[in-house]
Amino acid sequence: MTHSIVPAKVYAGVWAVLIALTFTTVAVSKLELGEYNFIAAMTIAVIKGTLVVTFFMNLKQSSSMIRLFVAAGLFWLAIMFVFVLSDYFSRGWQPLGQWW
Amino acid sequence: MNITFEQPKIKESPNYLNIQYGWQSWLFTTDHKRIALLYLFSITAFFMIGGAFAVGMRLNLTSPHGLLFSPETYNKLFTMHGIIMIFFFLIPSIPAVLGNFLIPLMIGARDLAFPRINLLAGICIIGGVVAVAAVASGGVDTGWTFYAPFSTTYSNTHVIMTAVAVFVAGFSSILTGLNFIVTIHKMRAPGMTWFRLPLFVWSHYATSIIQVLGTPVVAITIVLLGLERLFHAGIFDPKLGGDPILFQHLFWFYSHPAVYIMILPGMGVISELITCFSHKAVFGYGFVAFSSVAIAILSFLVWGHHLFVSGQSMYAGMLFSLLSFMVAVPSAIKVFNWTATMYRGSISYDTPMLYAFGFIGLFTIGGLTGLFLATVAIDVLVTDTYFVLAHFHYTMVGGMVMAYLGGIHFWFPKITGRMYPEGWARFAALVVFVGFNLTFFPQFILGYLGMPRRYATYAPEFQSLNVLSSAGASILGVGYLIPMIYLAWAWNRGPRAPQNPWNAKGLEWEKSPSPPPTFNFDEMPVVTENAYNYGDESVHAAEARG
Repeated sequence: MTHSIVPAKVYAGVWAVLIALTFTTVAVSKLELGEYNFIAAMTIAVIKGTLVVTFFMNLKQSSSMIRLFVAAGLFWLAIMFVFVLSDYFSRGWQPLGQWW
Repeated sequence: MNITFEQPKIKESPNYLNIQYGWQSWLFTTDHKRIALLYLFSITAFFMIGGAFAVGMRLNLTSPHGLLFSPETYNKLFTMHGIIMIFFFLIPSIPAVLGNFLIPLMIGARDLAFPRINLLAGICIIGGVVAVAAVASGGVDTGWTFYAPFSTTYSNTHVIMTAVAVFVAGFSSILTGLNFIVTIHKMRAPGMTWFRLPLFVWSHYATSIIQVLGTPVVAITIVLLGLERLFHAGIFDPKLGGDPILFQHLFWFYSHPAVYIMILPGMGVISELITCFSHKAVFGYGFVAFSSVAIAILSFLVWGHHLFVSGQSMYAGMLFSLLSFMVAVPSAIKVFNWTATMYRGSISYDTPMLYAFGFIGLFTIGGLTGLFLATVAIDVLVTDTYFVLAHFHYTMVGGMVMAYLGGIHFWFPKITGRMYPEGWARFAALVVFVGFNLTFFPQFILGYLGMPRRYATYAPEFQSLNVLSSAGASILGVGYLIPMIYLAWAWNRGPRAPQNPWNAKGLEWEKSPSPPPTFNFDEMPVVTENAYNYGDESVHAAEARG
């Protein structure tokens, strides 16, 4: 497998963005946005995670097999969220009547 | 003049056991075989500690009022039994000992892909020592499930220390899984295609998927538990704005697949044993291989069946019930295929095969009672009763521990270069089988009659079945002690084992001496045939039987 060399300035740039996003997270938490505070914090966290995986963990230069494993990890995370939320969203539903 | 005669010394050929001496050569080794042995001794110690807690429980339950311990002490006994047996024995047992030892040998590699990460994983099992320290300093009483908010707010025992122990051991599991996946993908010998891999390797590949994808979730859950207990973050405790059912979701998202981390490697062992001692290729190789992967995937979709009565929505319960039934299909495929493998095979009744027979029967009972528990209407009645306990022990002890013992006996000649005493071994296998059933079958009846689990006392009408169960446990305990004694003896004094005492197929038997050299093979093996190619031998044997 060939490794392409990533210029140091790319790493430095990504690091600067990560630091900036950290400050943004703190700044957003000071604002009164109600439930959007949470959404904003999670969005920033996802962006930061994506940057780390893509550049620092070299996913950008990785083989399709590695990418498949990363996708599998995300898929498994999605399973957890979808099934847990399926419980939360359906807790208030009324029992079905005799529907058969 | 005195003439002295010197006894000619028979020198052993260099192997992984005698190549180096001294404690450093063991504690800092990166040889997968030596690391496997370090795991073997560690988890055997944990098994004995966890077993001692079980002895305490069973003694206490011989009287309806509790014979020996206060309810508080009893709570700690079942908690520590569960934590040590699950996290420090069952989960590492076959993968960390047999998997570590055998996967490179089976695929024709010199070692695992990351030997130093393997050593790090081995060191992480030191989490077990932290757990034992938690016991020594007073114990923990939350149950192995750590349910919140009891664990986060109300328990005044050593929850954090135990949680740290589990957290650290989790890394052992993740790193082992990661190492296996990369090794199986990248280090197979020439000619060792995916569909020539032994089924032991397939089952470990499936196990590794669960270890890598599931274990981080329980690690995060433990961190959240710690945050709530130490800093009162409102995550699980309703008083702080949290949701206790969220804890159960996160915990079981890992811990249900974890039971497949425990059983899948056992299934891999059984596939090897059945084919070897039937002298016949596994029936439906592809189905058995893919059923392992199917179990790994489906295992992540069923955890909600632990939450049927917890307040989970009825509709989620129905969904999880349906999905739980589905996981029975690949499990059944394996059992049917093992049975079909034996059909018209030339079966020999050596000790590993006796354990394999035990596994098939007991795992089938454990699996089928799992279908009872997947049925919401029945589960509502038997939740938190001894029925669940019996089901779990039939799969884990009747299944997994039987497979582990079968595997240890099967590969003992390869690991040590010695043979064990067959007569004692067969006797012990029989004692384990009888003791096991006497211990756990009465618990099905107790549960069905409504005896709840995790209580130090019970209604007097349950006493006779409880005494029966405790009597069985003492027989089971003897059944486990006998192999420890004769295997320890055989390791030093047993007759030398040939390279392939069972006439088995597979690179570890055909291409590597017993015990193997440090780098496993004198020359790179080249694979030219499918796994379990017993060829005409099985046909002749079957014809001879008519």
